Amino acid sequence: MITQNKILLAGMVIVGIAYVYQPANAETASAAVLANTCYSCHGTNGKSVGDMPTIAGKTKNFIVDKLKAFKSGAKSSTVMMRITKGFSDSELDAISGIIANK
Amino acid sequence: MAKISRRHFTAGLGVSAALGSLTLNGKAPFAATGKAQVVVVGGGFGGATAAKYLKRFNPKISVVLVEPSSQYATCPFSNTVIGGINKMDYITHNYDALKKMGVTVVHDLVTHIDGAKKSVKLAKGGDISFERCIVSPGIDFRWDKISGLDASTANIIPHAWKAGPQTILLRNQLAAMPDGGTFLMSPPLNPFRCPPGPGERVSLVANYFKKHKPKSKILVLDPKPKFSKQGLFKEGWAKLYPGMIEYHHTSDDGIVVRADAKAKKLFTEFGEYKGDVINFIPAQKAGKIAQTSGLTNKSGWCPVNQLTFESKLMPGVHVIGDASVASPMPKSGFSASAQAKVCAAAVSNLLQGQSPGTPKFVNTCYSLVAENYGISVAMVYGFANGKIIKMKGSGGLSPSGANAEYRSKEADYSRGWYASISQDIWG
Ligand SMILES: Cc1cc2nc3c(=O)[nH]c(=O)nc-3n(C[C@H](O)[C@H](O)[C@H](O)COP(=O)(O)OP(=O)(O)OC[C@H]3O[C@@H](n4cnc5c(N)ncnc54)[C@H](O)[C@@H]3O)c2cc1C
Ligand code: HEC
Repeated sequence: MITQNKILLAGMVIVGIAYVYQPANAETASAAVLANTCYSCHGTNGKSVGDMPTIAGKTKNFIVDKLKAFKSGAKSSTVMMRITKGFSDSELDAISGIIANK
Repeated sequence: MAKISRRHFTAGLGVSAALGSLTLNGKAPFAATGKAQVVVVGGGFGGATAAKYLKRFNPKISVVLVEPSSQYATCPFSNTVIGGINKMDYITHNYDALKKMGVTVVHDLVTHIDGAKKSVKLAKGGDISFERCIVSPGIDFRWDKISGLDASTANIIPHAWKAGPQTILLRNQLAAMPDGGTFLMSPPLNPFRCPPGPGERVSLVANYFKKHKPKSKILVLDPKPKFSKQGLFKEGWAKLYPGMIEYHHTSDDGIVVRADAKAKKLFTEFGEYKGDVINFIPAQKAGKIAQTSGLTNKSGWCPVNQLTFESKLMPGVHVIGDASVASPMPKSGFSASAQAKVCAAAVSNLLQGQSPGTPKFVNTCYSLVAENYGISVAMVYGFANGKIIKMKGSGGLSPSGANAEYRSKEADYSRGWYASISQDIWG
């Protein structure tokens, strides 16, 4: 609960910083909504209850390294490349920080 | 008997919960009259997610969720029930977890949403007033577009496009069908709930026939020139179910104009087709409450501000999920849930006098072609110039020609997705 409020606050900060890095034709999303997009597949806060990998309880570095490797294709995937290509590097960084802090 | 008294009991619980945590107007002791900061209408993919995430963003917001049923059967994975792989309990969820989070769940039907008075009217009597309302009523059918069928003939020719008794009916009809019979199916025109849903249904009925009724045939009359994930579905059908499925499109007599439920026939412009089991999926529009409360425009769907999902026709009332115009996002459970999270964040901020924040969404539609053969289509959405946009370079389809191991992995991930999203919403 408390962490969600933190996210809302973090969101405002990130909007401020990340404007510079945003991809050409989309506005930067607030951090509050970014990590929530992962939970439909990985479970609330990244805790998977089924056949999807759990991403809760991992360090920020672990998550962000994986995400960048999926995005570049260095790590093969069924769907994560298609997902990560929709996020800027700074967004992936923000998301990883949020999930690592759950 | 037992069923009826249980329903009364549940209703009682809902009402007393409402009395417990809401400010009461004080009149009728057993009507759920009161007020809440946010009233959510509908406990499906959109509504239940919105209620849960409002509480996650700010547990102090008072949230009332109005949903007639104490159990919710999902359309996602209902095709596995129709295909005999899973039972109804696999796709049935309840509202216990939401109640534990402090959401007041009232099991009743909203009969009117009053945007001027900022209140909803309940079928069992009473009103609940709100500061903001989030409406996710799903779909209703356009029976006017087909002659010979209406809500009453759905007992003979099921649509099974809302999960529950219709799912069981279609399952039972297929189970009773003799080997060598024909399953006749007709998908709707765009836009409709779950574009890859008909293809998945054809697949899982074929999977059932292959194992239990191998002489049977599937005939599809589709009024559209093409359908979602068509290449991937047809690749899978050729590999797994050769010769079983005959698929007609617009140009080869796929447009059904009339039906005869008793004779079990569908009539096209040029021919007539008989089915031992018929599944006719009608054209669609926003759920009835959106129509009758004035949230829809001429298209039959609800125009919204795509930043906050606030209705363009009724300030203070937000519409999400299938009922809303959220194009380019497809009408899916994944989309409805993604929109609900964005809408809940916006509503939470707006209630505190803050700006709503910029949205970002993901949608992925997994489909099973067989138990160990999954395919998907994905997209990430951003926001620019007042509209939801597809993020360039993201998303797309599973590769064509992938090997069995790849398809099997995506089948596992499909079940994994269902487990996760069910937990994320109702768990
Ligand atoms: C066969 C099939 C397979 C599908 N598979 C997938 C899939 O794999 N993945 C995916 O993402 N999507 C899938 N979908 C689509 C998905 O089911 C819908 O997009 C999703 O249910 C939309 O959510 P919603 O909240 O808009 O509506 P719903 O989930 O239909 O919820 C609407 C709720 O509102 C309630 N309600 C209606 N009117 C009122 C009222 N007046 N007062 C109070 N409550 C009311 C209803 O009881 C209902 O519970 C599938 C659909 C079908 C038909
Ligand atoms: C459509 C479902 C889906 C969504 C949405 C999704 N993931 Fe994934 N994720 C997967 C799958 C499936 C894998 C396994 C790799 C693959 O085949 O793509 C995975 C793998 C991962 C891994 C690697 C786990 C490990 O231990 O190797 C990480 C980290 C991850 N996802 C993070 C995220 C984050 C962060 C988001 C939100 C931006 C996200 N995912 C959104 C389905 C999803």
